[in-house]
Amino acid sequence: MTAPTTETVVVPPSRISTGRLPKGSPWAILAGAMVVSFAIFAVMNAGSPLADLNVAAALFIGMVLYIVFVYVLSLIAESRRHATDRLMTALISTAFVIACLPLVSVLWTVISNGLARMDPTFFSWSMRNVIGEGGGAVHAIWGTLIVTGLAAIISVPIGLMTSIYLVEYGNGNRLSKGITFFVDVMTGIPSIVAGLFIYSVFTIFFGPGIRMGIMGALALSVLMIPVVVRGSEEMLRIVPNELREASYALGVPKWLTIIKVVLPTSIAGITTSIMLAIARVIGETAHLLLTVGVTANLQMNAFQSDNGQMMTLPVFVYNEFMYPSASSPDASLERAWAAALTLLIIVMLLNLIGRGISKFFAPKTSGR
Amino acid sequence: MSTTEKAPARQAPPEGSIKAKKRPGDLAFSGSSLGAGIIILIVLAATAVFLVVQSIPAIAGDADTNPILGGENFWSYALPFLFGTLWSALLALAIASPIAIGIALFISHYAPRRLAAVLGYIIDLLAAVPSVVFGLWGALFFSGFLQPFFATLTDTIGTWPILNLFFSGPVSATGRTVLTAALVLSVMILPIMTAICREVFLQTPKLHEEAALALGATRWEMIRMAVLPFARGGMVSGAMLGLGRALGETMAVTMVLSGSPIVAFQLLQSGNPQSIAANIALHFPEAFDTGVNTLIATGLILFIVTFAVNAVARWIVNRRAEFSGAN
Repeated sequence: MTAPTTETVVVPPSRISTGRLPKGSPWAILAGAMVVSFAIFAVMNAGSPLADLNVAAALFIGMVLYIVFVYVLSLIAESRRHATDRLMTALISTAFVIACLPLVSVLWTVISNGLARMDPTFFSWSMRNVIGEGGGAVHAIWGTLIVTGLAAIISVPIGLMTSIYLVEYGNGNRLSKGITFFVDVMTGIPSIVAGLFIYSVFTIFFGPGIRMGIMGALALSVLMIPVVVRGSEEMLRIVPNELREASYALGVPKWLTIIKVVLPTSIAGITTSIMLAIARVIGETAHLLLTVGVTANLQMNAFQSDNGQMMTLPVFVYNEFMYPSASSPDASLERAWAAALTLLIIVMLLNLIGRGISKFFAPKTSGR
Repeated sequence: MSTTEKAPARQAPPEGSIKAKKRPGDLAFSGSSLGAGIIILIVLAATAVFLVVQSIPAIAGDADTNPILGGENFWSYALPFLFGTLWSALLALAIASPIAIGIALFISHYAPRRLAAVLGYIIDLLAAVPSVVFGLWGALFFSGFLQPFFATLTDTIGTWPILNLFFSGPVSATGRTVLTAALVLSVMILPIMTAICREVFLQTPKLHEEAALALGATRWEMIRMAVLPFARGGMVSGAMLGLGRALGETMAVTMVLSGSPIVAFQLLQSGNPQSIAANIALHFPEAFDTGVNTLIATGLILFIVTFAVNAVARWIVNRRAEFSGAN
């Protein structure tokens, strides 16, 4: 392989038709590298059962071999610059593949482990008086729906009105710039800090150790409002100005223009952004641990101040994993996986519905 | 209220000022939308005030009666946790940044245009996975998957001169080490970093790219000469936003690690530094009295650090006026 480079490199590769690798060659090299890698691993694995074959390591070595092969071949056949180009192409494509692996792995492990307990018991029982096997997460599912629903009721009006202020009234003045900046910063507030904030407010009124569903909802809205503001602001901004001006020209007041013209035009996009915001915060765990607490019972009253703990799905997963039942820890883990799968299904459904709404109900405007 | 009325006045033409009629509906609507905006600022300020007020008994109070400190100075209690937070977050950042830039380049400049939207959606799906699911996956599957690799690492590069500061044994038998936590964190911060990088890469002036290509640059040379210099600020702020997320992430670290308040740089051993957020999550449920204040005080430190990181990142992004700031 290295023989030709020693002498023939003297010829300056100046012509425009200087050797280029044929079009499909990267794929061929990739296949070749994988074959070599798997052959090596198969030889090393000879004698032991096929299941012992380390597929992950073989794929990894195959990728490394591919990157080396493609660089060396291109260095020989093309030029150093093209070799660098091909090397970077290979590395960048690999980065994308690497990022997809955890997603596939998470989905696969959660589905395969969670299906075991996706039975009617899981969706009709709470954990009250359940010590070993059995039991379910109906209290956690209700808790998640109630807390997240309350959070949505609090944060959607505030978030929507704020975005209306930013787009329609702010006109880029200093206050609206400040609000935009702090909303952006607020998207990065850790959920546990939001939980601590709400807890320290409520201890002043109710004394230490207070746990209530509404506290979780308030902490969740601290996290959710910025996401709603950002999403609906973007949607309001793409409403064409001609629509507003046409409405003003007919003598319609500004507030009626916003309600009758701007909001109906952008309602599909706003609904989508709200659904995505809910999907994003429904899995937040840390603040719920501090504000809503842990219970084995079904508790539907979010405003009860004594024994107000509610279970929620993320906390249920955390609790079953961290503090498994002593008699049968496997049953706890199975419940944790099943609850994780339930949570994942809810999140994915919200995502799909949200994106579907904007796809099917978006007003037919010819772009901006 | 005064600000809303000032804004149109400032923009009104100087001569023949035609004042719009003030209707009650208008006033109510503009007032309530302004109020909503101000509520957000108040919430942010209240977060800082309440955390500070609740922290004072822990920092200034008597450490001997404090059930968590037990006579220890508050700062010597909090600093190891701050180290654990920064250490795991910086590791995650170091792992995720090159990959995020790679993905963003792949979507913006390598993938076929029709495929790019789908690929972006796949990365957004990663952001939708709840953190507790990542924690469960990291603790029960990923750590076991990585453990053999960790064992190999300690046997090989763990004995090399400088690298043994980080990779030396004895290797953790469960694989639940700070490196595993950092890897899980890096998966969780990939989507936001990718989203920001992708957006700035797409904003590169087309003429710059075409000029580079017309001069005979290969695609990588075009990216290096036209795209990356243009996007440098955006990449930095994307990385800082990712850092902010990693600093505050609680569940992945809590569930993957069984940490302790130590300052250690070893990545693969069974003794690992704990992060602030994980420490609060573990000890808050049974904390009482001034112990709660102590945990809130550590939370205040976390709030200040994440606030600063996020504010600087947003400031860098906002200098680019046309940037939409999605996410």
